[in-house]
Amino acid sequence: MRHLKTLNQKAARIEQIVNEQEAAAAQAEDVVALQRGGGVPQSAPHIPLGCAVVFSPGWEVDRTGGTAGLCQPVERDLFDCHIGCYWPAQVPDQLNHAPDWTAKCAAAQKDWRKIDLIFP
Amino acid sequence: MTHLALREHHRFEAAGKPYLFLVPSAAVVGLDAASDMVMQVLASGEKSRADLLTLADGLFSEDEIDGAIHDLVAMRAIGPIEPQQPMPKILPLTPVPLGTMVLNVTNQCNLACTYCYEYGEDKIVDTDNGKQPKFMSIETAKQSVEFMLKESGEAKTAHLTFFGGETLLNFKVLKETIAYARQRAAELGKDVDFSLTTNATLLKPDVIEYLVQNQVGVTISFDGPPEVQNKFRVFHNGTGSYDIVAPKIKELLQKHRRRPVGARVTLTSGNLDVKGIYRHLTEEFGFREVGFAPVTTSAKRTYALDEQGYDHMLAQFTALAEDFKEAAIEGRHHGFSNVKETIQEIHQGMSKAYPCGAGIGLMGVSTAGDVALCHRFAGSDTHKLGTVRDGVDRAAQTAFLESHHLANKTDCSTCWARPVCSGGCYHEAHTRYGDTTKANLHYCDWIRSWTEVCLKVYAEIAEKNSAWLAQFDREPAAEKVS
Repeated sequence: MRHLKTLNQKAARIEQIVNEQEAAAAQAEDVVALQRGGGVPQSAPHIPLGCAVVFSPGWEVDRTGGTAGLCQPVERDLFDCHIGCYWPAQVPDQLNHAPDWTAKCAAAQKDWRKIDLIFP
Repeated sequence: MTHLALREHHRFEAAGKPYLFLVPSAAVVGLDAASDMVMQVLASGEKSRADLLTLADGLFSEDEIDGAIHDLVAMRAIGPIEPQQPMPKILPLTPVPLGTMVLNVTNQCNLACTYCYEYGEDKIVDTDNGKQPKFMSIETAKQSVEFMLKESGEAKTAHLTFFGGETLLNFKVLKETIAYARQRAAELGKDVDFSLTTNATLLKPDVIEYLVQNQVGVTISFDGPPEVQNKFRVFHNGTGSYDIVAPKIKELLQKHRRRPVGARVTLTSGNLDVKGIYRHLTEEFGFREVGFAPVTTSAKRTYALDEQGYDHMLAQFTALAEDFKEAAIEGRHHGFSNVKETIQEIHQGMSKAYPCGAGIGLMGVSTAGDVALCHRFAGSDTHKLGTVRDGVDRAAQTAFLESHHLANKTDCSTCWARPVCSGGCYHEAHTRYGDTTKANLHYCDWIRSWTEVCLKVYAEIAEKNSAWLAQFDREPAAEKVS
């Protein structure tokens, strides 16, 4: 803290906690795996929380009818639907309307951010 | 844009610089010019960041104001406007380890101090004709030791304080209890720390020798110069006790070098020369520590402190606290224990839900072996928390914790001094209002003023000789018994 001088032990503890939280926030990854193997420490348990138990991108909308206010970004498990989903309607129609939808996404693990949303 | 508003705090100045005491965290921080400006502007009402920047234009840069806002929000001195949250009521998980047991080895006294809370006009336990024996038996004392060692749980050290009446009237049981406690503690791999409070009338050479050899901590109830001591601290025939106790105290102080001997002074309406008493006790006698407490009594007694009395006491305490501050800054010892105890709490940032450890980490035991909130209630059926034979009555203890939590004291909910005071002494409340759950409203102004004095002393020491404060870094010491 640059503008407050901590005098007693309690103030020092608060400052320490604030510094730790801010350092953690600065280093936080924007995407966290649900689980990491190989004993890699995780900063916090990453529990999938959202509007529904299972994310079905393309179906979820927020309370305004859009996708901006969802609890979790729809991109999160988009590719799971693209490749393995049992319900093809959940991904864009790549035969007719969006043939280039995955053009920028050569390797899903790296490039999934490049996939855009398709609005009818 | 979210508006910012002040959160609960107390602003004070020490040596010309501004500081905040934050509530309820009890954190103490110093302000720089930018954060001070933000606090002062918000004192006139809520403002947005943009408002603050406009008002700071030409005085502080945007970066400085943003930094000050960030720090003040992080420290919770300010924050977005939100409805007042009720104080969380989190009860300590029982069983809490018993840190200090106060053993009332007798309820008899060879003095008849008019103001005595145990024997005087406002006593709550019938010590004359009640069912409590006059002296604790060695059997009860041994059962108490077992109780203490069991209830101390995982703690390595248990503190055993002998109290009375006049403690030394039952010196025989006291000695046997210490021997027994040492033996049992050794068997269990624990330590026991012993201390006692006495009026000094029975400090004969062999008693002094025993206390020295056994490293028993001693606190002496002593009011100071002859004219003060002899006013209330009298024998049953009305004779003053100064001439009897003074040589004995001097002998004890001369011989008992391994532990500091403290004096505990009772202040009454006619006895408020704090500085004079302090000088007498430290310079003429050589007491290491002197603690003062206003008499606990109902307001109707002539010796009770009234508002003027509290004002006078504050002025005296403040003057002595100044001496304490100067000594601390120069790294010298000063024995004014009232300010030392408060500074220790401020340094650690203690924010208390209960005013003291009574009924939690401290319990009093009556001569019959009844366990009570503290020694002041020992023997009172209405404040009983079990017996040394049957252990702590957990239901009674939980009920006590439930009904005495600071969250219940609505009078305290808007007071900035509540992290330090927490409503004040249960016994004082019982004597004044007949109810231990009540906050001691008769000394609120005094507590706030005294806390402010201690905050100022603390801040100045922290700025000028912070190394001196390292002695308070450790865990809190055993509860003071008075």
